[in-house]
Amino acid sequence: MNRHVIGVTVRDRPGVLLRIASLIARRGFNIESLSVAQSETPGQSRTTFVVVGDDPTIEQVQKQLKKLLDVIEVIDHSVAKYVDRELMLIKVRVDNPEERVEIRQVAQDFRARIVDVARSALIFEVTGDEGKLDAFIEQMRPFGIVELIRTGRVALGRTQLDTPEAGVTAGDDPINATNPSTHSAATGRAN
Amino acid sequence: MTGSEVVMKMLERHGVEVVFGHPGGAIMPIYDALYDSPVRHVLVRHEQAGAHMADAYYRASGKTGVCFATSGPGATNLVTGLATAMMDSSAVVAITGNVASGLIGTDAFQEADVYGITTPVTKHNFLVKDVRELPRVLAEAFYIASTGRPGPVLVDITKDVQQAVFEGSLDVKIDLPGYQPDVIADEADVAAAAEAVSAARQPVMIIGGGAQSSTDEVVAFAEHTGIPVITTLMGIGAFPPGHPQALGMPGMHGTVTANKSISHCDLILAAGMRFDDRVTGKLSRFAPNATIVHIDIDPAEISKLVKAHVPVHGDVRDVLPRLAAKLERLDIQPWRETLADWKDLFPEKYKNDKPLVSQEVLGMLREATKGAGIVTTEVGQHQMFAARLFPTTRPRSFITSGGLGTMGFGFPAAIGAAMARPGETVVCVAGDGSLQMNIQELATLYKHQLPVVICILNNGVLGMVRQWQEMFHAQRYSEIYLADSNPDFAKLAEAYGIEGHNVFDRADAVKRIDEALAAKKPVLLNFFVYEAEKVFPMVPAGAGIDQVILGDQGPDEAAEAEPREAVKA
Repeated sequence: MNRHVIGVTVRDRPGVLLRIASLIARRGFNIESLSVAQSETPGQSRTTFVVVGDDPTIEQVQKQLKKLLDVIEVIDHSVAKYVDRELMLIKVRVDNPEERVEIRQVAQDFRARIVDVARSALIFEVTGDEGKLDAFIEQMRPFGIVELIRTGRVALGRTQLDTPEAGVTAGDDPINATNPSTHSAATGRAN
Repeated sequence: MTGSEVVMKMLERHGVEVVFGHPGGAIMPIYDALYDSPVRHVLVRHEQAGAHMADAYYRASGKTGVCFATSGPGATNLVTGLATAMMDSSAVVAITGNVASGLIGTDAFQEADVYGITTPVTKHNFLVKDVRELPRVLAEAFYIASTGRPGPVLVDITKDVQQAVFEGSLDVKIDLPGYQPDVIADEADVAAAAEAVSAARQPVMIIGGGAQSSTDEVVAFAEHTGIPVITTLMGIGAFPPGHPQALGMPGMHGTVTANKSISHCDLILAAGMRFDDRVTGKLSRFAPNATIVHIDIDPAEISKLVKAHVPVHGDVRDVLPRLAAKLERLDIQPWRETLADWKDLFPEKYKNDKPLVSQEVLGMLREATKGAGIVTTEVGQHQMFAARLFPTTRPRSFITSGGLGTMGFGFPAAIGAAMARPGETVVCVAGDGSLQMNIQELATLYKHQLPVVICILNNGVLGMVRQWQEMFHAQRYSEIYLADSNPDFAKLAEAYGIEGHNVFDRADAVKRIDEALAAKKPVLLNFFVYEAEKVFPMVPAGAGIDQVILGDQGPDEAAEAEPREAVKA
């Protein structure tokens, strides 16, 4: 069983999400996340799925998606180099000023932005790959997570460059780049 | 021009001659435009039957079938017909009226989310809320339904759009960037297929519904290479059943020879078929030694269930001649002799020690028609008997619900097929259970006086369910008994103005069949047949196709053996 990040370009037609959701449900595919938004082309949206399955299943998901008439393109990002990100809003309880300092320090390490401040709680905006978000959740858990929401992953294939640096992303988050173990810490999925 | 007139004009432009439908509130403007249109209309008595007629119209003629229904219950009644057409890849355009766009989503009278309900059972569907889109949507609907792997398309049109004034041209451009149905198979794939086939010493070809429009190519390929040909239920007629290379039908009720050949072959050349579970049985036991070459126009069918070692994404009609050009006659004489031995050892047979059995009625029908007519079937034992004993010699002539297995399909399908091929007699093989699922269409048949001969193989029970209950549920016959409350079908036909006869014995059966076929008008023949007859051979659900129960189809000495002993774990 592998996890694949599938990018689907669709036409902005009424019901296109219904078609995709209906297809996934009736064929019994296992989707971990799904995000949809406008693309660079007017009238087209880009959708990113994270699908879990063996190779034949992943192949079927793509073939069945391609059969939908409103689907223009299906890309399995996982077969090449790609960049993926997810955004999370997380509300953390703050019980005293000492905690506030500690929480803010951790947030700084994760490059999490504070987007709402109250006396008893902070809301952070965190962007990164799935492992980073999972790690941040683990760090915040002892303080008390009031609630959180994640967008699900979005992904784009990388451009093939001629330089030796091909495939290295500018401004990689230090947490992402240096701390692969955060992936294995992904036990506290937010659901 | 109103939206409704646009609908009728676009139907004319697409060569539509007949529509099967039933009017109602939300589609009345279209029925008003129909009043002045040259397009004929067949008034059905239930929308489901209209969808089946449109489906069979396509299957019999290759021309897209069209049906109309009103909003809400009219449209939901189409659903079974659309799902049937979807599973068997039938080109149907269904047009439904919906409530006015301002009322959509308000739970208005006769409102249903038809777009949402029909999404999973159509190739594509549309909800039209702006009359300016109507011509393009209709053009796209016909294009989508009939190209690539055909399928049903539903166009739901709100009542205000039907009434709105359209100012513009009907010469519209199709705009479907995500749809490229015209595929030409890669030369490399065809070459790889040729290499695999030429290396095989025990090959079989399996053709399905996708070969119904490629009969010439299939026959030419088979005769050029000498490859034996298995025909699935959907492929019947695409290869002549009496051809020396024909091995018959595979799968759950397939011939012993077809199933044995799959278990022993070293290559399967699959063309326009999709390895349905009723064909393969348990997948892990299916064709264990075979290289799979799979030609299909729908890439999602390739390696969906059975992994294709050589995938060929393309049209059977295009691929087979190209493949033949790369092949010599195959060097497979010992294999052909083995297959001939199996055919001799396992002929089609039945005991006719009862007053009348289903199999011999089908034999009489084949004798009388020489297999050259059009046959439609309902679903159940009679369907399997018909597939083996009454296959047609011509393509697009054996019309049956294969994928969905829809009881109630066969009778309306006979009317649709008779409309599609005027002058030809259609034999509808039915059971006493199935026929009652759309029996109201006797009125439609009477009105149009079509040459349809309904042959009920009346055993008084739901025969296939009874067979499973006898074999796998310890003879606990649960809710299968019909005889105590069946109507007198002959009298019922007469009540509709249709000639009907109850038939009890052999001599009368032969006579009635000959008369009915010659009558060139609707006739219902109600054959009382033996209740406990079972369809053999049978591969039990979940077993491999090598684990067949021969029943009465075995060599004579094995016929007495307890059926279930033949199934090994």
